[in-house]
Amino acid sequence: MSRAALLVLADGRFPAGGHAHSGGAEPAVRAGRIRDAEDLTEFCRGRLHTTGLTAAALAAAAAHGHDPIALDEAADARTPSPALRAVTRRLGRQLMRAARATWPSPELAVLAGARPRGAHQPVVLGLTARSAGLGPEDAAHCAAYETVGAPATAVVRLLSLDPFEATAVLARLAPELDRIAVRAAAAAHGTIDALPAASAPLLDITAEAHAAWPVRLFAS
Amino acid sequence: MSVRATARITAALDGRGVTSLPVLAGDGPLAPRRTRTPTGSGARVTVVGAMSAPLGGDRLTIVTRVGEGARLTVDSAAATVALPGEGCEPATYETELSVGERAELRWLPEQFVSAHGSVLHMTTRVRLAPTARLVLREEQILGRHAETTGTLISRLTVHRAGRPLIDQQLAYGPGAPGGWDGAAVLGGHRAVGQLLVVEPAFDERYPEARLLGDTAVLTPLAGPAVLVTALAADARRLRGVLDEALNELLDAPAG
Repeated sequence: MSRAALLVLADGRFPAGGHAHSGGAEPAVRAGRIRDAEDLTEFCRGRLHTTGLTAAALAAAAAHGHDPIALDEAADARTPSPALRAVTRRLGRQLMRAARATWPSPELAVLAGARPRGAHQPVVLGLTARSAGLGPEDAAHCAAYETVGAPATAVVRLLSLDPFEATAVLARLAPELDRIAVRAAAAAHGTIDALPAASAPLLDITAEAHAAWPVRLFAS
Repeated sequence: MSVRATARITAALDGRGVTSLPVLAGDGPLAPRRTRTPTGSGARVTVVGAMSAPLGGDRLTIVTRVGEGARLTVDSAAATVALPGEGCEPATYETELSVGERAELRWLPEQFVSAHGSVLHMTTRVRLAPTARLVLREEQILGRHAETTGTLISRLTVHRAGRPLIDQQLAYGPGAPGGWDGAAVLGGHRAVGQLLVVEPAFDERYPEARLLGDTAVLTPLAGPAVLVTALAADARRLRGVLDEALNELLDAPAG
């Protein structure tokens, strides 16, 4: 594997459109559920252990070589919110464009052809990692990091939280993030049906409310 | 002493087009009884808790099959309270449901209550034929009145025509991964519920996603089904939200 490829893929400047999303932090701030760095930590921790684990396992499974179409169906079953399904498919399409320009591979081309409107982002992320010569645990690390990186960055803008504090939140979660990536990568060796399906009720509920706001700072 | 018990219910259509119950077998604390149906069509079974269960270490299973064309409603006489056992083993409660072609299952048990100190792992696996109908309610109450919650881990997996339709795991309480009570997961709520309605007619006309108050939402899944996800302060308010959604959804396909 190339450690530098992992840095390129995980970099917030990688042109995959993730910066426009708050990962559910915008409605949580509006509802008064995130008011400070401590709330943000619990929000990110909860997201990491639920949708973060689920996304990381899907990404690891795609990197491991499971059928991406079957994984895309598994992602649908793990995403009850139509607003969130639309978001991860849109992000998947954007990532696919960037990935095919960066690390082109026949597998990416096949998935792009089968899902022209976008496959679920974690599946595309895993297949991108695979095309870049990275392994399941690398893919899981990327997916898990995104699930906490997006809200931490968004809350800096939404709450005028000190960026140093937001980064400290991410640093504190780093050991848990490593454990999630290891668990996700281990699950990738099993069957697709047995992949984790951890979910977060408030994220599903507030995603639908947020999608209907006439004016919002973030797309999700 | 921990308990291992498996109750079995099988519903089938007899020669006159009436749903009969060729298998209705209780075991240990699980006692299924045939009860009168409020609507008159199909069969109804009420699961009566014959003793306090599940305690830590108990392993309870309910297996229910609804054969082609049969209609079955299953409910329960009272809430199920998970209590701590003598050791530190978790209790397990497994529900396995299968619904055949043109058959219908309404699975409407009372709440699961996670008492302080208890550890319960619930697994619900459902297999649906392509034309099967399902109504499934699941309510989890974290702690009895003014009590901190036990640990509750539950997974709901539904396959329709062999493809995954919904797969969700929820984990709360002292033994659950971090952040479960934070702003992404429960946000301090102590009653969590889900209502799943699988209706082949949704392929033609889909209910749209909409909010049911501040902490509940009705969402169409990627197949012909809708899921209501609801959080509430207590069991009574949770049931109110789910009942209202259920009444509307059951009227919708006909209208």
